[in-house]
Amino acid sequence: MNEFLLIIHRDLISKDATPSPEQMQQSIKPFQDWLGGIAAQNKLVAPPRRWDVTGCRIVKQDNVVLNGPYAEIKESVGGMILIRANDYEEAVEIARGCPIIQWGAVVEVRMAMPTM
Amino acid sequence: MDDNALIPHLFRTEYRNIVSVLSYLFGIQHIEVAEDLVSDTFLTATEHWSLHGVPDNPTAWLYTVAKNKTRNYLKRNTLFEQRLSPELRYTAEKAEELDLDLSVKNIADSQLAMMFTICNPVNSGESQVALALNLLCGFGTQEIADAFLTNKEVIYKRLSRAKEKLKEANIRIEQPTLTEINARLSTVLTTLYLLFSEGYYSTSQNTTLRKGLCAEAMRLCALLIDNAITNKPPVNALLALMCFHASRFDARVDEHGDSILYQDQDVTLWNRELIDRGTYFLNAASTGTEVTRYHLEAGIAYWHTQREDTAEKWENILSLYNDLLILEYSPIAALNRTFALSKAHGKEVAIVEAEKLKLTTNPFYYSLLGNLYTGIDNGLALQHFEKAASLSTSVADKATLQRTIARLPESQ
Repeated sequence: MNEFLLIIHRDLISKDATPSPEQMQQSIKPFQDWLGGIAAQNKLVAPPRRWDVTGCRIVKQDNVVLNGPYAEIKESVGGMILIRANDYEEAVEIARGCPIIQWGAVVEVRMAMPTM
Repeated sequence: MDDNALIPHLFRTEYRNIVSVLSYLFGIQHIEVAEDLVSDTFLTATEHWSLHGVPDNPTAWLYTVAKNKTRNYLKRNTLFEQRLSPELRYTAEKAEELDLDLSVKNIADSQLAMMFTICNPVNSGESQVALALNLLCGFGTQEIADAFLTNKEVIYKRLSRAKEKLKEANIRIEQPTLTEINARLSTVLTTLYLLFSEGYYSTSQNTTLRKGLCAEAMRLCALLIDNAITNKPPVNALLALMCFHASRFDARVDEHGDSILYQDQDVTLWNRELIDRGTYFLNAASTGTEVTRYHLEAGIAYWHTQREDTAEKWENILSLYNDLLILEYSPIAALNRTFALSKAHGKEVAIVEAEKLKLTTNPFYYSLLGNLYTGIDNGLALQHFEKAASLSTSVADKATLQRTIARLPESQ
C-alpha cells in the first residue's frame, strides 16, 4: 500500500466559477458519502480537514504578502485528502468518485515517495 | 423480594460499596485486605442470619460488622503501624477512632475513584472489564467466567494478574482532577463501553447475566454523570447509546434464546422509558464542540429507535456512519455503513460499494452481500449466505443464517 495525496483544485476567483457556491452546497452530502466510501475501505489515512478560503495569503519573494487565493492561475487548492492505495490506477479510481469533478473541479493524484 | 433473592442482591451491592470504600481508604497495595474484610463480613452475616433471621436493616447491620472488623484488623495487625498506616488517608486517626465512612456520598466518591484506578491501560481491555465486574460491580469469579464463557480459574488468574499490575504501577485510588480528566475519562469510557458490549453482544445464553452486565455499565456511567467533574458530553453520549441499545433488549431474543433481527422485532417490546432516557442524555451530550464516536453511535442508535423506514432516517444513519468511519475505521462500521447506503440509495449502489470492502474472512461481509443480492440475484444471494454460514463460528449466527436461507425465494 502506498499513500496518495488527492489535491482538489477548483476555481475560487472567477465570478461565474463552477462549481458555484450553490453547486458546492448541493455537493456536501455526495462529498461526505464519497469520503465515507473511502473510509469504509479503510483507505483514508487521516480525517480530512476543511481549509479556509477567505483569509488565505500568498507569500512571495521580496517580502511580498498578498491576499489570496493565488490569482495567476484559476484553479486554487480547494481541498486535500490523504488516502491509501496499491497503485496509481487504484488511487485514480478513487479520485474519479469525487462528486465535484462534474462541475469543473480537477483532482490531482500524487503518490507519496516511500520513506527509507 | 424474599430472603433468597434479597441476600445475593444485597451482597453484590454491598460488596462493591464496602470494597470501594475500604480500598479508597487503604490504597491499591492493600486491596486484598479490603476484599478479605468484606468476604469475612458476609460470612459472618450468612452464619448469623441463618440462625437468627435477617435483621430489619440488613445494610446497616453489614456496615456495622464491616466497621468492627476493619477496626479489629487495624488494631490487631502489626503491619498497620509500619506499612499501612502511612498510606492511610486519615493518618491522624487511631484504629479505635477509625470511622469507616459508609455514607452515600463517600460510597459514590470511592466508586468513582476506583473506576479511574481500574480503568487503566496498564491492563488489557479484557482485564479491565473483569476487574470492573469484580471490584466495581461485585460479581464473583464464577459469574465473570460465565459472562466471558470461560472457567473460574482463568478469571481468577486474570484478576490476580491485573491487581498485581495495578500494584506494580502503584496506581493511586483518588478522585480525578480537572486537569487530567479528559485523558483519563476516555479510558474509563472505553472500559464501560466494553463492559456494556460484553453484556449486549455476548454469545452467552444467560439473559439475566447479560442484562446484569448492561445494567452495571449503565449504573457506572450514570455515576460519572452524577459527579460535576466527570459529567462531560461524551459520558452523556455513551449513556444515551446504552439506553437506546438496552431499549431493544427484550425484543431481540425469542423464548428459545435465538436472536431476532431488527426488522422482525416486535416494536411493542421496545422499552419506551429507556428510549426517552436515551433521548434526554443525547440532548445533554449535544454541548461543546467535540464529536466523539459515542456521539455518532448514539445518533445511529437514536435513529434505530424510529421504526418507520423513512428516507430521512437512512440518510441520517448513512451520514453518521460516514463520520464514524472517517473518525475511526472498523470492519463492522464499514459493513453497517454499506447496509445504510442500500437503504438510502438502493441495493445496486450498495453492491458496488460492498464489493470494494473485500472483507473476505468476515462472515458478516457475506451476510451483507447475501442481503443485498436478495431479490436481485437470489442464486448469488444463496451462495453468499452459505459462505457466511461456513465462516461463522457462532452457533446462534449459523442458525439465523439457515433461517434466512430457508426463507430465500427459489432461484431460477
